[in-house]
Amino acid sequence: MGYVAVKGGTMAIDASLKRLKYERLKEEEVLEIKTILASMRTMVDQVMSESSLYSPFLAALAIKQAEGSMEEAVFLMRAHRSTLPRLYYSRAAESESMLVERRISASFKDIPGGQLLGATTDYTHRLLDFQLVEESTMENEQWLTTYKEILKEVEPIGDVQYFPKVVEYLRNEGLFEIYTHDDTPPVDITKESLQFPVSRSARLQVLTRGQTGAVTSLGYASLRGYGQVHPTVGEVRVGALPIYVEHPNEGTYDVEDDFYIGDIRLTEVESFVPVNVKNEQNKDELEFEIGYGACYGRNETKAIAMSILDQCLEHPEADFPTHDEEFVLLHIDSVESTGFISHLKLPHYVTFQSKLDSVRNVKKGGKKNEA
Amino acid sequence: MRLDTQFAFLDEGSKKEIRRTILKAVAIPGYQVPFASREMPIARGWGTGGLQITLSLIGRPDVLKVIDQGADESVNAVSIKKLVKDTTGVKLTESTKDSTLIQSRHRVPEMPLTKDQILILQVPMPEALRSVEAREYVTKRLHADEEYSGAWLMLFEQIMKYGSTATDADHPVVVNNRYITAPSPIPRFDNPKLHQSEALILLGAGREKKIYAIPPYTNVESLAFEDYPFQVEDFEGKYCHLCGSTGVFMDEIIDPVTNEPIYQCNDTSYCLERLNKKENVEVEKSYV
Repeated sequence: MGYVAVKGGTMAIDASLKRLKYERLKEEEVLEIKTILASMRTMVDQVMSESSLYSPFLAALAIKQAEGSMEEAVFLMRAHRSTLPRLYYSRAAESESMLVERRISASFKDIPGGQLLGATTDYTHRLLDFQLVEESTMENEQWLTTYKEILKEVEPIGDVQYFPKVVEYLRNEGLFEIYTHDDTPPVDITKESLQFPVSRSARLQVLTRGQTGAVTSLGYASLRGYGQVHPTVGEVRVGALPIYVEHPNEGTYDVEDDFYIGDIRLTEVESFVPVNVKNEQNKDELEFEIGYGACYGRNETKAIAMSILDQCLEHPEADFPTHDEEFVLLHIDSVESTGFISHLKLPHYVTFQSKLDSVRNVKKGGKKNEA
Repeated sequence: MRLDTQFAFLDEGSKKEIRRTILKAVAIPGYQVPFASREMPIARGWGTGGLQITLSLIGRPDVLKVIDQGADESVNAVSIKKLVKDTTGVKLTESTKDSTLIQSRHRVPEMPLTKDQILILQVPMPEALRSVEAREYVTKRLHADEEYSGAWLMLFEQIMKYGSTATDADHPVVVNNRYITAPSPIPRFDNPKLHQSEALILLGAGREKKIYAIPPYTNVESLAFEDYPFQVEDFEGKYCHLCGSTGVFMDEIIDPVTNEPIYQCNDTSYCLERLNKKENVEVEKSYV
């Protein structure tokens, strides 16, 4: 038979799967899950964030199985997520209760509670460190011992320290509007499809699970000129946020009955954006609004970009694609965009044959008209 | 069958929700019902909508057939079959008439379907108006208002530009005299098979999170003007070089010897069946 591409699919797939396994195993190195967990933390964070499933262990497993491919790892996690029953919704968590490990503000030099640099690559010089080629466990141990000795000299603070939000300071000054708490239960975008215009809770969920690159690109586009949001970062904080669930069948509600189920590491950003508002005399005045960004783990670029896009989508009147919620929200999901792009690899010969017929027909018709 | 996952992969709650969506879709022929599409172990755009319908409907007595662009042995069809088989253990078949569920990408089988069968079509772009309006918020309203001038204008412009309509696959249809609907990228050749179909036809778009249906014995009309009637792909004078069929949708291939184009049935199971019949007849003849 002349045309074999559609035949023998079963055998071809089988051989391809074997080949894939061979490629992973051929160098005879076994990557331990614990190695990934210990040494690729930001990658684990990014996978958890894009797959909206908080489990460092599963993320590390996905990274191993996907041989480090981000889109594959996220895809594996999302597919796994589909099989999990959702038993509880947590209580709303206030980020004031975060155990902060890093917190900076670009708006103020002195913020109440102080700036806390924490561990950051921001001030590293990006020079390849060739000493890492031959890293020695013994030297690392020595370094750790010395470091811990130094830490001992630091006087610990008696109580757990919570940090106030920077925005509260400005709010007290009347520069931000004071909103009452909105405790409407959020939409769950994994249980209902998006209906436009979407609620802010749904929008934030889509943004937080967006592909890091896509969220960053669109945030950047808005900042550069294709948008009307030029924020100042009010606060970036990274830390562990405790999560509680209500007692499932206790008749009366009491905070004391809540169960602590663990904490999640989170990056949270509040961007301050000056906006024009009309005052009571119908005169233009400047006021601040907040763009909000948050994502699992440590991913400050994504969280800041998200805060820009959140603010963009609050202002759909601006005539830029970054202010159009369908444009932003329907195109930043990793699984959806990579899936649809990659489907172009599937055979399309029926559709192409149909197109061919159409083009030939038009060509014939053209000739007829000329005659 | 794999025991470490749920029967048919999805949890029962998800299946129930998808079945409810299907019921609504059947009740409003051609209307796209939104649903909370699950992420599947195969990629978005690779049949996750169809797969979710298949997995929520399938039971142990079912016999499943999967087609990709006409072929049962195409790699993606094989991959989908393998997943369903691994998680349900149901019987698989390549024969159209032996199947109870048929999941298909972009073809309606040549053999007429019966009322005991369900055809599940995979859909990449469920919105027939998307090419004239990008925003979902707006297209939903256009459907509600039955405001379809955009779709008609698209055909009109083609006639103005090219002298005839120039749609390829996925030529829009009107279902039950109400909704303009994307029949999924089936060739125009298959559009007439949707009209008054005996089998239930379900269409699933996983990435776009929509399910819609063409219930049995429903009117399905391809969009066209009176003076520019709807035309299917033209295979006049062409015949399958394997089984000799005419009047079926064909793949155009190049004869490796003569370098001339030759044709063969796109529906591989139809072609095989015809070949087998022929062989039987020949064998019978030679024994008489």
